[in-house]
Amino acid sequence: MDPECSRLLPALCAVLADPRQPVADDTCLEKLLDWFTAVTEAGSSLLLLQENPCLVELLFHVLKSQDLSSRILSFSLRLAGIFAAQEDCFQYLQQGELLPMLFGEVGPLGGAAWTAPAVRSGWIQGLRTLAQHPSALHFLAACGAVDTIFSLQGDPSLFVASAAGQLLVHILDLAMRGPAEGRRSPQACDWPACAQKIVGHIEDSLCSTAIPQVTQALSVLTTAFGHCHGLWTQGLWVRLSPLVARLLEKDPVPASHSLVDLLLSVARSAPSSDRGLWETLAQTLSHLSPTQAGPLALGILKLQDCFIHRLPKDKRDSWSSPAQSRAGFILRTCSAAFCHLPSGLTLWILGHPVPQALRTQAFGILLQPLACVLEAAAQAPGPPGLLEGAAADSMMVDTLLSSKSACVGLLCCALAHLGLLQPLPQRPSPWPQAPLLGAAVTTLRLCSGSAAPTSDVGGRLCAILVGCGRVQRAALDFLGALSQGTGPQELVTQVFSVLLEYLVSPESSSMVLKKAFQATLRWLLSSPKTPGCCDLDPHTQLFLRELLPVLQKRLCSPCWEVRDSGLEFLTQMTRHWGGQAGFRQALLASEVPELTKQLLRDPESYVRASAVTATGQLSSWGLCATPASPECPGAQQESLLVELLHILSTDSEGFPRRAVMQVFTEWLRDGHADVAEDAERFVAGVLQAASRDLDWEVRAQGLELALVFLEQLLGQRSSHCPYAVALPETAPPGVLDQALQVLCRVQLFEFAFRALFDCDRPVAQKSCDLLLFLRAKAAPCGSSQEAGDSPNVASVEATLQRWQAGEQGQPLGYLEPGAVVALLRSIDLEGLRDTLAESSDHVEKSPQSLLQDMLAAVGVLGENEADCY
Amino acid sequence: MSRYPDLCLNPKECVCQEMGTVDPSIFWTLLFKGAFYGMKKREVGEKYCLSGHPTLPCNVLKFKSTTIMLDCGLDMNSTLNFLPLPLVQSPRLSNLPGWSLKDGNAFLDKELKECSGHVFVDSVPEFCLPETELIDLSTVDVILISNYHCMMALPYITEHTGFTGTVYATEPSVQIGRLLMEELVNFIERVPKAQSASLWKNKDIQRLLPSPLKDAVEVSTWRRCYTMQEVNSALSKIQLVGYSQKIELFGAVQVTPLSSGYALGSSNWIIQSHYEKVSYVSGSSLLTTHPQPMDQASLKNSDVLILTGLTQIPTANPDSMVGEFCSNLALTVRNGGNVLVPCYPSGVIYDLLECLYQYIDSAGLSSIPFYFISPVANSSLEFSQIFAEWLCHNKQTKVYLPEPPFPHAELIQTNKLKHYPSIHGDFSNDFRQPCVVFTGHPSLRFGDVVHFMELWGKSSLNTVIFTEPDFSYLEALAPYQPLAMKCIYCPIDTRLNFIQVSKLLKEVQPLHVVCPEQYTQPPPAQSHRIDLMIDCQPPAMSYRRAEVLALPFKRRYEKIEIMPELADSLVPMEIKPGVSLATVSAVLHTKDNKHILQPPPRPAQPTGGKKRKRASDDIPDCKVLKPLLSGSIPVEQFVQTLEKHGFSDIKVEDTAKGHIVLLQEAETLIQIEEDSTHIICDNDEMLRVRLRDLVLKFLQKF
Repeated sequence: MDPECSRLLPALCAVLADPRQPVADDTCLEKLLDWFTAVTEAGSSLLLLQENPCLVELLFHVLKSQDLSSRILSFSLRLAGIFAAQEDCFQYLQQGELLPMLFGEVGPLGGAAWTAPAVRSGWIQGLRTLAQHPSALHFLAACGAVDTIFSLQGDPSLFVASAAGQLLVHILDLAMRGPAEGRRSPQACDWPACAQKIVGHIEDSLCSTAIPQVTQALSVLTTAFGHCHGLWTQGLWVRLSPLVARLLEKDPVPASHSLVDLLLSVARSAPSSDRGLWETLAQTLSHLSPTQAGPLALGILKLQDCFIHRLPKDKRDSWSSPAQSRAGFILRTCSAAFCHLPSGLTLWILGHPVPQALRTQAFGILLQPLACVLEAAAQAPGPPGLLEGAAADSMMVDTLLSSKSACVGLLCCALAHLGLLQPLPQRPSPWPQAPLLGAAVTTLRLCSGSAAPTSDVGGRLCAILVGCGRVQRAALDFLGALSQGTGPQELVTQVFSVLLEYLVSPESSSMVLKKAFQATLRWLLSSPKTPGCCDLDPHTQLFLRELLPVLQKRLCSPCWEVRDSGLEFLTQMTRHWGGQAGFRQALLASEVPELTKQLLRDPESYVRASAVTATGQLSSWGLCATPASPECPGAQQESLLVELLHILSTDSEGFPRRAVMQVFTEWLRDGHADVAEDAERFVAGVLQAASRDLDWEVRAQGLELALVFLEQLLGQRSSHCPYAVALPETAPPGVLDQALQVLCRVQLFEFAFRALFDCDRPVAQKSCDLLLFLRAKAAPCGSSQEAGDSPNVASVEATLQRWQAGEQGQPLGYLEPGAVVALLRSIDLEGLRDTLAESSDHVEKSPQSLLQDMLAAVGVLGENEADCY
Repeated sequence: MSRYPDLCLNPKECVCQEMGTVDPSIFWTLLFKGAFYGMKKREVGEKYCLSGHPTLPCNVLKFKSTTIMLDCGLDMNSTLNFLPLPLVQSPRLSNLPGWSLKDGNAFLDKELKECSGHVFVDSVPEFCLPETELIDLSTVDVILISNYHCMMALPYITEHTGFTGTVYATEPSVQIGRLLMEELVNFIERVPKAQSASLWKNKDIQRLLPSPLKDAVEVSTWRRCYTMQEVNSALSKIQLVGYSQKIELFGAVQVTPLSSGYALGSSNWIIQSHYEKVSYVSGSSLLTTHPQPMDQASLKNSDVLILTGLTQIPTANPDSMVGEFCSNLALTVRNGGNVLVPCYPSGVIYDLLECLYQYIDSAGLSSIPFYFISPVANSSLEFSQIFAEWLCHNKQTKVYLPEPPFPHAELIQTNKLKHYPSIHGDFSNDFRQPCVVFTGHPSLRFGDVVHFMELWGKSSLNTVIFTEPDFSYLEALAPYQPLAMKCIYCPIDTRLNFIQVSKLLKEVQPLHVVCPEQYTQPPPAQSHRIDLMIDCQPPAMSYRRAEVLALPFKRRYEKIEIMPELADSLVPMEIKPGVSLATVSAVLHTKDNKHILQPPPRPAQPTGGKKRKRASDDIPDCKVLKPLLSGSIPVEQFVQTLEKHGFSDIKVEDTAKGHIVLLQEAETLIQIEEDSTHIICDNDEMLRVRLRDLVLKFLQKF
């Protein structure tokens, strides 16, 4: 600890111990604790206490004082815990009987302060920090803390209750991780008394008829299996699994959510080829109601993914993604096969084969709701084995038809779960792509009322689902996810037709429509190209012809969300297909480009922003409204440029202006014809507008545009990889002089220097990067004019200093290239960059400043006293 | 329960249910069962359905000796069979070929014309009236109007059936109803048509015609439009009413209009006697549009709820349709096309103008003119602004600011909306395109809309947007084929949909629901949509045109007032806690459906003289009343008593209704049931009397 802090500490402790000096700010106490943690991690706590006796005094004082605030009490408990985490310091405090007084029954535990949740929370956190060594275990046992923790599990404060559970796990882990860990057998007979006590308590809770207690026990176990990786966890499972299994015999299964969490946690952590676990999982799947079983089924099917990711971090980092996907492939195909991967990985794979039967059962549970939908809506009995192993059973049908909320909940979960599973490498194989497509389409049709089921169940399902936005959204998301696979042409046609139905329907809500646009885009982009032809396939062409009139209408919707989604869709479609002749033809024949342009004047700023992006994209591909007349080529485009510049300089909202800057940057980068015609004028205009903007993102984007321009003049920046060795690439002198002339003409430097002292840090950082790049290009090779040669350098420097001081009113005036080079050399850009890289509060972040602040807040520091006179 | 005792009388017993101390000076409420004094038990309600159209209802309810007509909607779908009446000479329509039979017989070619494969009657359009044969309409006592759309047949009923009763309606219904009728008469009368086709109506000939003429029902009863004189006369019979106003009909029935939330002044009606309540729900809406919200609470506790006027487009959400309307309108106008909106001069148009008011600026359509053309356009726009008390809360508060409740006032002020009585006159000077025109009639058979259809139909830039749900847009468009202009169907029907009905029924819980048969099954085109029908328990009773329905409630009680002096003379006897009995001898006086129990005339004093008896002195032939018995016989005690009196060998058997006490020795049965005791013995009167006396010991007499 630095001497200045040591000097301030007694005063601070006095303030903290004084109930008349309330500490106003909780965050100060938190920062103080963080600081003490850092100090004790760096050195000896014992030494700290010995050098600063005021700390121990504070703790003693806290015990004596009756009217201290609960937050100071809580703080002291946590502080004591931090000190006592080191065994020698623990002993030191024990000698003074301080710890039993703080954490034992004579302390706050029995007093009135205990009613404050903050004190209970501090007590737990203090013990949590303290419990790091065997002495702590003895202490806990001696002071009866474990019993208190048991009771705190049911605390009315959720934070306290949760922390109590975690503390139990921590103590259990500490007890079991003793010096004998390696030899600790899974048998429970030789476990330490403390562990026996905790496990006994968990056992009692599991057998309890009170559901909250069962939930507490399950959540403690879930934490234990999730966070503790010692071998003892196996023993724990062996001991407790019969009790867990017994829960399944009850009807309904108590605390089913917590039970699912526990089982998944065990399955993820257990290095077991333990059949029992898989049997319990299978049993649980069949006992839980369809709604409860879904998350468990998904968890089981995702299990193998977890194993890959549970490799030790160093190993995981050393394996590139192909290795992982190879591992995934192996898992999918032959989980027990020998493979030529490092032994650790092999071991992991071999150790965790989820039995195929269990995976099938789990997958069946996820598929069942959709199987019901398919079966109910089938006009005639469908082909056998539509969803193999997932024939709609009567229980599922009953659940689906029991109420609207049950039906909607179940279907949404099933769709979401399958959607999550779809892209995973370990998804079940064979993946029933076609039936799933059919089910998604049917669900959407039931929701829109366009399905005409003949069965009674189908009719009732239709009545429940019709117009249900939640299911529509979930089904559209799922349908979008399925676009990654293929399907029979007939089904794909159905997919497009149902998507079109949703896009056309006036009944589609704006959210549903957005999802429909997203799903349509995914399907369009995944549609196959005609072999031997680079253009769109005939089906897509046909679909486009129907789609564009719909898009037209949507762009005129009174609901701004709809117009916005329509524009986003158009932008994406154009980005991907702007070069496809079929798309271009269809788009130009429609009124979409003209409508898009009109939306640049939309009253809603989000829509204007999307319209800017869309027109920018259309223009990049030469698809903007009304082709230029032969007499005046480019007139139309120019007018768009002017219109966008107008938006940039006049729009009252930030979003459209940011969008314009992004479009302009893209145009410059891609060499948009009209920009390329007179790039210099373009850049000058844009930078002038951007420099005045109040939105920092616009200014930052202006720097991005400036950088693109620089790169075009001077060549690319070197590789961004910090480890890559790159030779300095300077521009040849001739090119450089010319480029500097240009940059001076477009007033890029004025813009960049102004940005360098921008009050928003990201702008300043970006500007700093840009100038560093420029200096790297320009300065090393020297220039015809050396630094200081230019007469106006001094005045420019003076101006810059004023800018830095916040007086940015004065213009920089015209800069000569030589002066620029000189300036670039004279400014300490590296230093500036380092300063900017630090967080904004770095100056005030020191512990000393914290202590001073706290003291100043209560008026202990002298200077404030002067104010009294 | 009332704090007054309810007396329940029947010929055998008279039970007074005492609820507390009785103040005899207060009229007692007597309930007596229908069978008392020989009064016949009969249904109190019958419903005659005169219209098959679920949203243009016309029903007659016979309820407690009153005959009430509920609405008189006019089905104008018949006009779709006729050729449009063009305002300006239309060469296309006048040159349509006449229709001839398959065998080439062309005797109908003057009456029937063919257009794009459809056959139309070339005559003045005619309307399908409500049934006039099912019930003698001169016996109708009152007509209750629920909204202005449902009164369009009023002149036919009040002027041509001998109707002498009263019509009840709210002021906005009458005023806007008058506008609609005026517009209709104007549309038809300003294009006089010499020809009136009748030959095709001959049943033998009709059979030979193509559909839909062949299938048109009761064409012989179709009538031409009424005149303005008839309209005025019909409207003069209307008595204005306000919401929640209670109107007594002959002392028997009370009717009350309630806000239905559908249109300005639209009402549902409560028709109730003292013990029965019928609710008539017609054209109601739960959406927040311009009218006052629907009063649901007052519909609770109905015995019967007659439910008509649900949305005609249950699958279309009005909000989505308004969005669709705006999108299509903007799309057309931006492309330089004109938009035609065939509409009624009141109702949804107010909401559409309000939406457009908000939308046009955002869509960059501020410069596009909106025209509203109707003979009553001006009155409609002005009327809407003055019916403040009938508007929703938001609009009402505007009036106090003061601001016009509807924003179309501002549209008119800023010249964005202009209105004209017809296309002739000022309109032709101001007309510029592209524009949006609101005009009638939605059937496209008469009115200024016919002109615009002819004018704009040839260009695909233009769009006709149908917003009124009353007519099939395809049928409406049939005589304009081939048509290049775009057609958009955005029916905006704010009336209740089936989800809302289901919630409403759960809320108000009527004992029985009566509705048109169309509502009890899914629409024919969507037979799987079981959500598009009324789902209630017990299942709704349905009716169709020309059907008579006995309403499913029994007349059980009648309210009788008891004169104070008679009440004073009653001496209730408590026979068990909370139940007291009193016998009443009185004269029942009935007049104007009110019943009063009066004290019986005093028996004539025995006089010595030979004074002539006057008729009024006749005393009713009162027999000496036997004492009335009450109580129950505890079997065990009864058996003990029998044993005490020397009967032995007694067996008791339990039966479904009570017990049988068997005196084996005496070969006698005593059947004890809840409300009767029978002694069955063989010709031993002594024994019977003995046993009877033993039985009577257990009962109270009074």
